[in-house]
Amino acid sequence: MTVQMEFRGVTKISGPLVFVEGVSNVGYNELVEIRTSEGEMRRGRVLEVSKGMAVVEVFEGTTGLSTTETSIKFLGKPLMLPVSDDMLGRVFNGTGEPIDGGPTPFTEDYRDVNGLPMNPYSRDYPNEFIQTGISAIDGMDTLVRGQKLPLFSGSGLPHNLIATQVARQATIPGEETSFAVIFVAMGIKHDEAAFFKRSFEESGALKNSSLFLNLADDPPVERLVTPRCALTLAEYLAFERDMHVLVILTDMTNYAEALRETSAAREEVPSRKGYPGYMYSDFASIYERAGRIKGKKGSITQMPVLTMPNDDITHPIPDLTGYITEGQIVIDRDLHRRGIYPPINILPSLSRLMKDGIGKGKTREDHGPVASQLYSAYARSQELRQLSAIIGEEGLTEKDRAYLRFGDAFEQRFLSQKFDENRSLETTLSLAWEMLSLLPESELTRISDKFLKQYYRPK
Amino acid sequence: MGIKGKIRKISGPVVVAEDVSGLEMHELVMVGKDELIGEVVRVEGNSATIQVYEDTVGLKPGEKVLGSGMPLAVELGPGLLMGIFDGIQRPLEVIQQLTGDFIKRGIKTPALPREKEWHFVPKLKKGDVVSGGEVMGTVQETPIFEHRCLVPPNVKGKVEFIAKEGDYTVEDTVCRVSGEKGKIELKMYHQWPVREPRPYVERLEPSEPLITGQRIIDTFFPVAKGGAVAIPGGFGTGKTITSHQLAAWSDAEVIVYIGCGERGNEMTEVLLTFPEWKDPKSGRPLMERTVLIANTSNMPVSAREASVYTGITIAEYFRDMGYNVAIMADSTSRWAEALREISGRLEEMPAEEGYPSYLSSRLGEFYERAGRVKTLGGGVGSVTLIGAVSPPGGDFSEPVTVHTKRFVRCFWALDSALASMRHYPAINWLTSYSEYTDYVESWWNRLTANRWRSQRLKAMEILKREDELKEVIRLVGSEALPESEKLVLETARLLREGFLQQNAYDPIDTYSSPEKQFILLDAILNFHDAASAAISKGVPASKLVSLPQLAELAKLRMSIENERINEIQKFSEALSAEIKKLMEVKF
Repeated sequence: MTVQMEFRGVTKISGPLVFVEGVSNVGYNELVEIRTSEGEMRRGRVLEVSKGMAVVEVFEGTTGLSTTETSIKFLGKPLMLPVSDDMLGRVFNGTGEPIDGGPTPFTEDYRDVNGLPMNPYSRDYPNEFIQTGISAIDGMDTLVRGQKLPLFSGSGLPHNLIATQVARQATIPGEETSFAVIFVAMGIKHDEAAFFKRSFEESGALKNSSLFLNLADDPPVERLVTPRCALTLAEYLAFERDMHVLVILTDMTNYAEALRETSAAREEVPSRKGYPGYMYSDFASIYERAGRIKGKKGSITQMPVLTMPNDDITHPIPDLTGYITEGQIVIDRDLHRRGIYPPINILPSLSRLMKDGIGKGKTREDHGPVASQLYSAYARSQELRQLSAIIGEEGLTEKDRAYLRFGDAFEQRFLSQKFDENRSLETTLSLAWEMLSLLPESELTRISDKFLKQYYRPK
Repeated sequence: MGIKGKIRKISGPVVVAEDVSGLEMHELVMVGKDELIGEVVRVEGNSATIQVYEDTVGLKPGEKVLGSGMPLAVELGPGLLMGIFDGIQRPLEVIQQLTGDFIKRGIKTPALPREKEWHFVPKLKKGDVVSGGEVMGTVQETPIFEHRCLVPPNVKGKVEFIAKEGDYTVEDTVCRVSGEKGKIELKMYHQWPVREPRPYVERLEPSEPLITGQRIIDTFFPVAKGGAVAIPGGFGTGKTITSHQLAAWSDAEVIVYIGCGERGNEMTEVLLTFPEWKDPKSGRPLMERTVLIANTSNMPVSAREASVYTGITIAEYFRDMGYNVAIMADSTSRWAEALREISGRLEEMPAEEGYPSYLSSRLGEFYERAGRVKTLGGGVGSVTLIGAVSPPGGDFSEPVTVHTKRFVRCFWALDSALASMRHYPAINWLTSYSEYTDYVESWWNRLTANRWRSQRLKAMEILKREDELKEVIRLVGSEALPESEKLVLETARLLREGFLQQNAYDPIDTYSSPEKQFILLDAILNFHDAASAAISKGVPASKLVSLPQLAELAKLRMSIENERINEIQKFSEALSAEIKKLMEVKF
């Protein structure tokens, strides 16, 4: 795999792809260097190879490449990322090269960015509660260490605010160590990236963070390797350096668009909405790189952000994501319009690993039943709110009106909090009980009498 | 070894080989210098298309391709239970020892442990005439499971040698048979190609329910042993929890659980919780009757395609010993997508939504491998197949759900509206169905003095009525309803919260014995009868609905263990008496 070969001239250029003929000894998925007629160096990878012919995807795009004046070097190895502790506190481009003007970080190891699948037998089950200080998440959809929990958002909604708030506030109660944050930007706008950078700097978290930036005007194909580079560093930090790593990936929608673009250029048979049939497997190769390993101290927790096209949760991007990730936090336009921050709609939101991260010895014994009761009560209040819009509040029973009061209080007091408000779990749970105390005791069927006696305090 | 050729082209998991004339369809091949495992999926002249079960990074045209002369097969013998395997039956525990926490490529390791000795008890004598499917001897594989070592289906003849009772490895010859094909040495294990259903004598009608301890399933939408079920549901509706519950509590003797293209952490959860959970009957860990196949979503896509066949072949093997086997495939949609991905790479003409046109026939072949049969050995065994389906966007009109519906007789539709109210299991009682109700009725009738059918129909009637009343309420509000219908709403609420909902994480509620299920249903319906009588005597519904005992009635499922169910009956009688008292008051 160490033989390097250089070829001059390519056969065809189509979208981000370059077709090279007359090659030999080229391996599937190996790294390629492309030199333009001006001597500019670009990188790419082999997508398909057959005898005498290779299809190469160029990360930086094919603008300015010609069929005659381009030379191509096959490096005989896949894209490797140099990794080290030094990479914390630094800013990189989409392929992992430093762009903050600092020196090249000291290299401790080279790693294949594609990674290897973690053996399910080696995995350790994520069950340590992470306190984000956001009631809607801690109380209702608890995040645990090693989980992948995405934010499903829409254009114009404050997902970036929520993601930074989580990055800034995430702690494990009772532990000193904070998270190393790896921030991965895929096709986001300059000012969004600047916002993240600034808020990391302001909170002093930057020294413990790495930023990988592929912005909206950077080449889309590069986006396909950006999360892989970042996760390669995350794996190194978590499993070799015993760190707890929080990876924020934003925006997966742009990643998926890049995937579709490449697929279309290769003239592949599309599946839903033109996205390639392997998008599920491709997403999984990113999301499944979260987790814990038995016998290792560190962990990787992922919080991907995606904007649902047209707020449609059944669109292939959120849909396939939801099938891989361990739940989702759904950000709601209606709540946002009503001025509620964070506008998290708890009804379609879910954390699959919550049940193992909460309860006695982790959070509080009554946490599970309380969350379950809040869910069903809030669902009921939403139903009744629609009903009262038609028939008026007079048509409702006293019990139903209690539900309406509960629903309003839940949104205004439990969900609502400030961007810099860091609520302890105790605060979140006592707020929850305050809300439940607005309902008659007979309605709280999901909570055992023991907890009702201890916490239920009707006015 | 078999045919030897060269790689011509590589595209993702698909490799085209040349100079390989003579390779057979579905033959197992070794690809490249790392000898990655693959399977022939198309043969054309002297070239063959191969799906490779491992990552193909770094493969080069010109590298070798070796045929094995055999189709992809699994090893069947002692050592399957308590194991966790990948999609082509490589033990993940051994892979971890070999390559660490991340799976590297080109690992070759036998599926069954070669050094471990099993205590073999012969069941044949020298001179016996045997044929395929008969029991050679038994091995106590786990404290709760007797493994019956079978004569392979295609072997026939006279026993020349049978090993004495003692400890042997799976490689030791325990029996020698001489027949038409000459002398055949038999070991405790044999191999069987995964794509070929194992033979049996005849199919039998299903008659006994597979008791799962899940109330909505056993009481309303039962599945028979040997049946086929689909559980479709969008993400977050609880497919996986339902599958886990079925794997944990079904009264089958063997469970095969296939994690096909799903989350890694879910397999870890199974690995962690099953050894802790105890079988309600034997009190032993559930893991001792379980085989796990894990091909998570980040593992190679073609092995995902193979994993369901690996699983069902193992299930059939246990069936052939005369056991009842339940197999969960979570999720068959990932399998279908693997088919689609490979089909796309083969540049086949796509049918609906890019799926290949043979999707429906593949699904049909797969679900038909479920069934209750008379085995070659003369016993009766069954394979109950439970397939989770993950329709994109929760839309049941997509190809995989639609085609699956044609081949299953039981359909547990998971509903995202129920899930968002945290009503679990989120099985929608209006859209689900089971065609096995008639088959299992007599079993239930014996338990319930012939009242099963009438009581469940009555409950279903109330739930249906609630759905209709909801429409009315949307227009006029609930206060405008007549008294008797207000009661229907309350009983329906009790049915939903006190019967249909079941908390998988509550130690008492997670498993409901059939007796408890019926008595609980009876208690709720008794309340309804007593209250209806009271209403007809002029008692206002509001008095009945506000009875403090109702909150307790809704919680009986969690407060009373399976062993103390007569307390439910006492509670129910006391409640009826209370209602009688109300009838004497003047309103």
